[in-house]
Order: sequence, then structure tokens, then C-alpha cells
Amino acid sequence: MATLDAKIPEGPIAEKWTNHKNNIQLVSPANKRLIDVIVVGTGLAGGSAAATLAELGYNVKAFCFQDSPRRAHSIAAQGGINAAKNYQGDGDSTHRLFYDTVKGGDYRSREANVYRLAEVSTNIIDQCVAQGVPFARDYGGLLDNRSFGGVLVSRTFYAKGQTGQQLLLGAYSAMNRQIGRGKIKMYNRHEMLDLVKVDGKARGIITRNLVTGEIERHAAHAVVIASGGYGNLFYLSTNAMGSNVTASWKIHKKGAYFANPCFTQIHPTCIPVSGDHQSKLTLMSESLRNDGRIWVPSKKEDAKAIREGRLKPTDLAEEDRDYYLERRYPAFGNLVPRDVASRASKERCDEGYGVNATGEAVYLDFADAIVRYGKEKAHVKGLDENDMALVQKLGKEIIKAKYGNLFQMYEKIVDQNPYETPMMIYPAVHYTMGGVWVDYNLMTTIPGCFAIGEANFSDHGANRLGASALMQGLADGYFVLPYTIGDYLADDIRTGPISTDTPEFEAAEKDVRAQIDAFISNKGSKSVDYFHRKLGKIIWNKCGMSRNESGLKEAIEEVKALREEFYNDVFVPGTADSFNESLAKAFRVADFLELGELFAKDALERTESCGGHFREESQSPEGEAMRDDANFAFVSAWEYKGEPSEAKLHKETLNYENIELKTRSYK
Amino acid sequence: MRLTLKIWRQENATAKGSMQTYSLDGVSPDMSFLEMMDVLNEQLMGQGIDPVAFDHDCREGICGSCSMFINGEAHGPDRLVTTCQLHMRKFKDGDTIHIEPFRAKPFPVIKDLVVDRTAFDRIQHAGGFVSVNTSGNTQDANAIPIEKVNADKAFDAAACIGCGACVATCKNASAMLFVSAKVSQYALLPQGQVEATERVLSMVKQMDEEGFGNCTNTGACEVECPKGISLENIARMNREYLSANVKG
Repeated sequence: MATLDAKIPEGPIAEKWTNHKNNIQLVSPANKRLIDVIVVGTGLAGGSAAATLAELGYNVKAFCFQDSPRRAHSIAAQGGINAAKNYQGDGDSTHRLFYDTVKGGDYRSREANVYRLAEVSTNIIDQCVAQGVPFARDYGGLLDNRSFGGVLVSRTFYAKGQTGQQLLLGAYSAMNRQIGRGKIKMYNRHEMLDLVKVDGKARGIITRNLVTGEIERHAAHAVVIASGGYGNLFYLSTNAMGSNVTASWKIHKKGAYFANPCFTQIHPTCIPVSGDHQSKLTLMSESLRNDGRIWVPSKKEDAKAIREGRLKPTDLAEEDRDYYLERRYPAFGNLVPRDVASRASKERCDEGYGVNATGEAVYLDFADAIVRYGKEKAHVKGLDENDMALVQKLGKEIIKAKYGNLFQMYEKIVDQNPYETPMMIYPAVHYTMGGVWVDYNLMTTIPGCFAIGEANFSDHGANRLGASALMQGLADGYFVLPYTIGDYLADDIRTGPISTDTPEFEAAEKDVRAQIDAFISNKGSKSVDYFHRKLGKIIWNKCGMSRNESGLKEAIEEVKALREEFYNDVFVPGTADSFNESLAKAFRVADFLELGELFAKDALERTESCGGHFREESQSPEGEAMRDDANFAFVSAWEYKGEPSEAKLHKETLNYENIELKTRSYK
Repeated sequence: MRLTLKIWRQENATAKGSMQTYSLDGVSPDMSFLEMMDVLNEQLMGQGIDPVAFDHDCREGICGSCSMFINGEAHGPDRLVTTCQLHMRKFKDGDTIHIEPFRAKPFPVIKDLVVDRTAFDRIQHAGGFVSVNTSGNTQDANAIPIEKVNADKAFDAAACIGCGACVATCKNASAMLFVSAKVSQYALLPQGQVEATERVLSMVKQMDEEGFGNCTNTGACEVECPKGISLENIARMNREYLSANVKG
């Protein structure tokens, strides 16, 4: 087993990034004009990187599979973005954000990267406000904050429940300015289907135009992968339908190591599955846990009566309710981190306390918050605090102002009014902490190939804290990559344009065409979706919120068998040279079928529990996750060797010099 | 539920399209409209018929991809929702549902229900931004307090998802609601003031060049907008445009 060098700069942690920036190579403005960079994906990471690189003077080619960069899935992020501004004066600081993130990640992230993330977080808010991002403000006109899980300060900036949308539109506006100047050439409805390496370096990509089916070659001096996470491996997730692992997987197959694939975030507050027709799951923002209290009935017979429709939750007296997060974790209560909250819900439902027809739902209740806000408002207005009808009315108005769009979304989907009856929620796959391995410079193990945002693995360890994904995407794209990529490109100023008319491009294109032909001519009997659903079921049941050795071994065999069946029996209708969604999906699902096996293999090797990775064999008597720092304080980085089962493990040892490794406790 | 679906089928941008009729059984009221379309497509593939192409992605009403004209209304009969959030419980057993693409000259059909909305992107390229480089040295985010009422209104305008329902709904295929939402967001914030004059002139010019029609104050766009973007924005853009012309 080889070890990996993360190229972490020397020196005290608070000075590493500044020193590094002072010492890396720069590319002069005149030379930047001679250098081309490809960015795949236009979410927060890709969009901000493309815009910033173009502002600096590089020639950027940006690619997205959607019909506009504005539709990348960062748009759906709801709750907020963290930054150590300490505007609330509640004791926040760069160090505290750093500490919370490392602890929240259950001590499986890289200290130096996380510190840098915390350090640049404040710049992000400044930058976004300067772009005209309309964050929520208080009556004094200053920025408002709220709290998210796993922390004891209010450092989350937000724009109602549409923070991701507003930040993405900010990055999109910065891109638009550069597209207008001709510095970004935008390729909408294009999917990257392979990476091209020349002399060991990333020098271009092969894409398919999703409208015309045309296969295109694109060359550059560096390739940046910003294509997001792989939650759709589970079929049902809160990811967009098109979110996929293909760009990351293609570079993995060309030499980029894939790190911690089994680290997945199962988000505690999603709308439960309603039936077999379900195509995706919808998140209810973590911000709701600021005011919502999570509970199930304390008696099994009440839970059963509710499931059978004989009892309503609002009929249940206070003493018959089990606010299990407040009971188990008094210090953090409903705002424990996501992995802890999800497991606690699963535990209650598995024990028979679930509250919907399928038995897989718990309540998220706003009744107390409505009364609390209503009384406060009545007091401020000098009205009668004991007039419950008035208090209810005022309280609901405040809840509506804070979470109105989420409540409306819930009502449309579930057909129940959450102002009157508690929401029903259940955990669902939301984010993947694992991803392409990168060093401190965000470069993969392929020279010239970078990975940023959710596509890489570096900042969140085994569990991501709420409102940190937006922070990482924008930190990587606006403030980290634009520096570190220059250090690499400084050696390329004399290279000149990269030609696509070379044997390397020809070979890569040929492979893509062969795969397309194979899919179209296969004429099997089952749709691509059939395989995707089946894969999702295997992964959810055996590699989901809790995992054990025998289940993981079965998953490996089942995924392998499903992959064989897929290649033998998949049916892809239509033609290669037209708009063909089934064909696009076939490529994505083919890659998920390989990733799925590596995912289970990674989960099998890591016999400890940490963060979102819960091995049943490694838990405390109270059912809390038990880490094994002596044997597993490392990043698992997998090298592709032909088949997922042959993948070779490389370890990056995680050294904690600034934070003491402790058992994570939110009690 | 059993439904009769009359759907616009068009092979590609240059082909002649037509409405085709399909019947679909076993639709659950809890399905979203797009999940109903998924079931239809599985059925069509089983019959050797090319599945119906439609744009969709997030399926939670925020990406703005989905774009169906259902029974004569953009995003169908429900209010303040996109097609992906429309649920079949809004329909009855035995209903006939007409499904067409968002129609407008600047939104050419790509295939079936998929249209090309890049005209919207080009309008944004013309001025939908504040010219500020990324540096880490912009002033502190709290340096300029912004009156809450303006910040909230800017947010309401910025909530536009760029789906194009306003254009598809408008009898003139006007893009005024879309353009005015962006112009308003910046007009209401101090950060947008510096370039306000040039922005509104450039964006309106590009809007006209794309071939969108004129606004005749019918207000259908506001009714059909899934995000409730207000007509007030159009009034604000008209004021901005007028004063820009006087200045310019």
C-alpha cells in the first residue's frame, strides 16, 4: 500500500495559505491570454471558477449538461452558507469554524484544507454582496444570520429558503459578464464523456452535444472537474435527475484516485417516499430545525393508530410525545449534525414508532415555535399575549416569513398544511463527502486535472455540516483554485495551443463512439431506468444509513451481477445523432454501476464507524458511532485497475496537529 | 386514474410536428406530473415508440428546466408551481390532458416538448451582472446597510427561475417580466446603481433583438409565473428605461 503526498505547506496552520500564496508561481497577464482552461460543470464551484479564471485573463471553455449554466443543481440548496464573520458577536472565529467543521466531519478531513476554507469564508460573503446577491437583512439593514446543525453560534447567511439559487445566480452573473466579453465560451447541453491525456497530463476532453449527438474534441492546458457529487447512485436522492458521476468517474479511469467513496450524507429532513413511482426526493431545509421540534409518539400503540389513520398527531398530549433528539442530545437538541439526526430517526422507525403508512417518517413540529413567536410579537405590539387565536395568527405570519416557500413546497407535495399539522420527514441521500482525491492545490493525481466543489473529497471528512457545501463550492472556485492552478500553468506558458488532431484525441473519441454504438445496437429488453432503480435499491438497503460486513459483501456481488445484466440486456431507444435522453442516461448509469461496487468495497474495508459511515459492528452500547483512530485515521484513495474489485488502495494519513482527536459528543 | 394524453410530437427543430394521442392507465394521484410522464415513456418504449422528450432536472421547482404548456396554461392548472411540482391529484380520472411545448418565436422547438431558451441567457450576457472582479478585497459585506424593504423586494425579483412561462403565456411572447425581474433586483440594491443606466438599455436592446414581443399590460405573465414575480417589476423597469434614455 502506497502513501499519498497531499503537498500541505509547512508552517503554522494559520499561516499556511498566506505563505503558500506568497511562494507559488504566477502567470503574467500577457501569458494568461495564451492559456486555455476547461471547466466541466457550472454550479457554485464550476461557475465561480470559470468566471474568476476568465477575469484573470485565461481563455475558459465551460461545459454543462443543462440548457443553461443557471440550472446547475447548486440552485436547489436551500438553507444557507456559513462564514466566520462573527457579525452576531457570539464568539465565532476562523478557528471555531475550522474546529466545528473538522469535528462535524468526525475527524476524517484534512486540517490544512479545512482551515483555508474557514479563512476565505468571510471573503465569500463580501464578494457575493458586491455582486448584488440579496441576502436576508434585519431592520437595521445589516445581514441576518441563523444557526445550523452541529454548531453553537449563528454564522449562516441566507436568502429565505433559496440561498443556493441566489448564490448560483451571482456566480452565473459573473460568468455572463465574461461570456459577454468573449473570455468564457459556454457549451450548454454538452456532456463530458472522456478525459484526454497527452504525455501524462490532462489536455482535453471528449464531449457529446446532447442536442445533435455530435462528438466533439476540446483541448486545453488544464481541465477542471466541477461536476458535483454522486448521490444519484442511490437512484432516489435529493439530487437533480441529471446529476451524475460520469466526469469524475472518467478521470478516475484515466488515473485520478477516488477518495472515501462510502462517505455519503443522508439528510434527516426530507419528504418521505410515497410510492414506487417516485423519481426523486425533496429536501426540507435544515434551517427548519431552528424552530421545528422532532418527535414520534412515545407509545407504540399510538404510532400504530396514527399509521392506520385512527389518530391525529395533534391529538397526542405532550407527555405522550418523545422528542428523542432533545432527550438523547440535550446540548444540541434538534440541531445535532445530520448523520446523528438521521440515525436517530431510523432507530425510532426501526423500533416501530414511525408515523406514516410505510412506517418510515417522524414529525417535525412547529406548534411551539408558532406560539413562542406569536407571544413575542403580541408583546412587542402591546397586544394580549393570552389571546391564543391572536398569538396563533401572529406566530404563523412569522413562520411564513421565515420558511414560507418550504411550507408551500411541502403542502404541494404531501397535500397537508404544515401550519396546522406537523410535517412528516425521513432521511434521504443528499450529498457525498467522498469524491476525487485532490492535494492541497486541488489537483488530482493526474497532472493538470483539478477537482473542485462536491466533486472532490477534501473538506467535509465523514460528515458535512449544514451550509458548508455552498461555502466550499464558492471557496474553491473564487478563492482557491484561481491561485493554485497558476502554479501549475506557469510551466505551460511556452507550450502554445494544444492540438486536438493527435492520436490521443483520436483514440479517446473512438472509444466514446464505440460505446455509443454498443448501447444503441444492444436492443435489450429493459430500460436504463430499470437498472438504475435496481442499483439504487441495493445500495440503499445494504450501504445506506447502517452497514455490516455480510450486507456489503452481498452488495458487491449484486452490483457486479447487475452490471453484467445491464450490458447484456439494456434497451436504449432512438439514434446516436439526435436528442436522446435515454442514451445520455445509459452512460451515467453505466458509471454508477461501477462506482457502486467500489463504494461497497470501500465501506467494507473501513470497519470503523465515522460520520455518515455507520458500521453496525462498531458502535457503543448506546448505539453511537465508534471511530477507530488507531487503524483508520486516513483517507482511502482508490486507484483504478480495470475492474472495481481490482482497485488498489492508497492511504493519505491524516495528522491532527491543531485539533485533538476526541469522541464526538453532542450530548 | 386513467388519462388520455394529447402530446405535441416533433422529431427535431426543422420537422413538422403534430399532436399525438396516447392513453395511460394506473396513474396515482400522488405522482407528480413528470412522474406521470416517466410512466408514459416506459409504456411507449415497451411499444417501440420513441419516448417523449421533455426538459426536467431538479424536480423541486427551482432549476427552471421544466416547461410544459398543459391544457392551455404554462405549468398547468395549479398556481405558483412549476410542472414538476404539479401533482396528478389536480386532475380527475378520465381526463384528457393537452401537453404542448412553451411556444414563442425566440424559443424554437428542439424536440417534442424541449425548447431552446438560450435567448434568455443572451439577454443576461448583455447586462445581467455587476462588474465586480473576484478579489477578496471588496468592502465588508456590512459596509453599506440596505433598507430591509428594498432588500426583500430585490430578493422577490431575484427569485425568478428563468423558465419562460411568462413568455409562453403572453399573447405577444413578451419577455418583459423576465427582464424586469433582473433589472429590478439590481435597481433596488446600491451595488447595482453604478451600471443601472447602461444595464437597462443593453438588456432591453438584446430583448428586442431576440424577437420577443411588446408588453401590452395584460398581466397574464404574473398570473402564470410559478414564482409570483410581480408586475411591479415591469413598471420599475419602464421607469428605469425612461430615465436611462433621458440621461443617455
